Amino acid sequence: MENTLNSIIAAAAPLVIMTMGESITEKSGVVNLSLEGSLRLSAMTGFAVAFWAGHAFAGFVAAAVVGAAIAAIIAATSIRLRLNQIAVGFVLTLLAADLASFLGDSLVGERGPRVPPLPIPVLSDIPFVGKVLFDHDLVVYASFLAIAVTWWHFYRTRSGLNLQGVGERPEGAFARGIKVNTLRFWYTVLGGAMVGIAGAAYSLDIKLGWRETLTLNLGWIALAIVIFGGWHPLRVAFGAYLFGALQVMAFQLQDVFPGLAQVLPIAPFPLMILALVFVYSSWFRRIGDRLPRVRNLFGSEAPAALGTVFERE
Amino acid sequence: MRSAAPTLVALVAALAVGIVLLVLVGAPPFEALWLLVEGSFGSASKISATLLAWSPLLLASAGLVVTFAAGLWNIGVEGQIVIGAVAATWVARSLPGPGWVVILAAIVAGAVGGLLWALLAGVLKTHGGVHEIFGGLGLDFVAAGLVIYLVLGPWQRTGVASTSGTDIFREDAWMPTLEMLGTGWPVIPVLLGLASVVVVWLLLRGTRFGLRLKAVGRNPKSAALIGIPTNRYLLGAFAIGGALAGLAGTVQVTAFQHKLVPSVSGGYGFLGILVVLLAAFGAVWIAPIALFFVAISVGSTQLDLRLGLDSAFGGVLQGFIVLFVMVGGAWSARRASVERAARGEP
Repeated sequence: MENTLNSIIAAAAPLVIMTMGESITEKSGVVNLSLEGSLRLSAMTGFAVAFWAGHAFAGFVAAAVVGAAIAAIIAATSIRLRLNQIAVGFVLTLLAADLASFLGDSLVGERGPRVPPLPIPVLSDIPFVGKVLFDHDLVVYASFLAIAVTWWHFYRTRSGLNLQGVGERPEGAFARGIKVNTLRFWYTVLGGAMVGIAGAAYSLDIKLGWRETLTLNLGWIALAIVIFGGWHPLRVAFGAYLFGALQVMAFQLQDVFPGLAQVLPIAPFPLMILALVFVYSSWFRRIGDRLPRVRNLFGSEAPAALGTVFERE
Repeated sequence: MRSAAPTLVALVAALAVGIVLLVLVGAPPFEALWLLVEGSFGSASKISATLLAWSPLLLASAGLVVTFAAGLWNIGVEGQIVIGAVAATWVARSLPGPGWVVILAAIVAGAVGGLLWALLAGVLKTHGGVHEIFGGLGLDFVAAGLVIYLVLGPWQRTGVASTSGTDIFREDAWMPTLEMLGTGWPVIPVLLGLASVVVVWLLLRGTRFGLRLKAVGRNPKSAALIGIPTNRYLLGAFAIGGALAGLAGTVQVTAFQHKLVPSVSGGYGFLGILVVLLAAFGAVWIAPIALFFVAISVGSTQLDLRLGLDSAFGGVLQGFIVLFVMVGGAWSARRASVERAARGEP
């Protein structure tokens, strides 16, 4: 049991970092649709740089730069040129994925450095909890930190309040003297860098090595999890762990039920759709009107200005 | 299309980036680029292969023009192609009778299959509150899972089940080709593809449905205010887009692969989105752009065979072209408006 929980938390770590990054981006009102491609290109770049430098850390830095650069293109073309974020994000999805396949072709099958395990002394000796939470490596601890800091920032800091203002009512934020587009640009870049780090985590920590199918569909799944989690860091993290559990289950069951192992990785998408339909249904809305607590727990509203361009006139 | 100059600059820039990347991986850049041309137009059989790949891309792109006109991001197009192919395969495998009956029935079944799959995404949007991007993606995944299930399960090929696909269809259920110049020409698929572009162009330009659909796409709220039943128009757009995508799937199985394979869509759905983005959502330029793109795709398979390069280079080139054209067009439009403002014009 504790071993299973340990592997679920480890397997979900990159997904947690990536979904926190995308939550930050979308909370500011920008959609970075390119995750599927960003993730693949940063996984490849991270592996390539770590392979040549001989050190995993260099790979993480390079991957973060790649993720941030792609995000910067989406933010800049949206803010400066008023291009549609979805359109640019979609083109970059395909472009980055193909770039990764093309440039990474010669690296397939190579073995690179990996992130060393780092059990936390004393804490990892606590029975059960120690094994589950504190017997991991830096990537996993970073994923814990990402959840805590994102949540703290959103709901407990002044700048987090400004971030939400920019994503919900940019005109109001602008009237209060907030530089809407500057904030959006940097939050998008930050979110993209986190996606890049997640990419490197797949090729240097979770699966080791580069191949085209390394992160297949995980970028799309991350986008779905952010919606499923209603842009709330704790619920988004819960979604990521739920998917981690499905992945670990699929892995453990693949000898017993090979069919099920094929289906489980696809399951989150239909589940997310059902969840969205459920929350939208008049039945749920009636319950929500009577019990606001239930509505707040399950309901999810996208940031009101998500995907729009803010232009002061 | 926007004005020609920025587009031309963007094309040259994309080509330059492509050359740099080829040098980076240690490939002879000009030989590689020549292979793209030679691999897609170098002989009668290669031209025929390019035209055969052009057809489903035309069909998918024409359908996407309709959904884009309604303001919809039909990312579910890949799944609609797949379900169209599944429906056509079902007919080709199970319907007895003369070949031409089977082929006609497969065409109808493919279109209906794609239509229904698209309506599912449509209903999720209009009545379930699920954005079409995510409903569509989810249905793409489900369709991909369904094909793998069919190929490994109920429709597995004789002998050992494998992801290489079902058994080959009986030969009179193949879409017939015109024998000429020593190769078979895919006349029916090309005609279907070109007809779809013309029909969509006429639909959006000259009919009440098309004009109102575009009104819905531009501003659904004001369209609803002047009495247009918005949801019905959105579902109509999904239905047309899905039917054409389903036809693309039919062409893939009955004219190209002659069996159902997991990669049946050929990626033509997503490539179609790039084509329509490059055509700036209009139907007029679809045919030449689709031909250009499909030539890159078909030609790039030669890079793998002849130079040992990854064939993803074709996608890299297509991606840079679309990105640069979009950015270049928006940038020059922006500059023009700034200049107008500086001269004090509105």
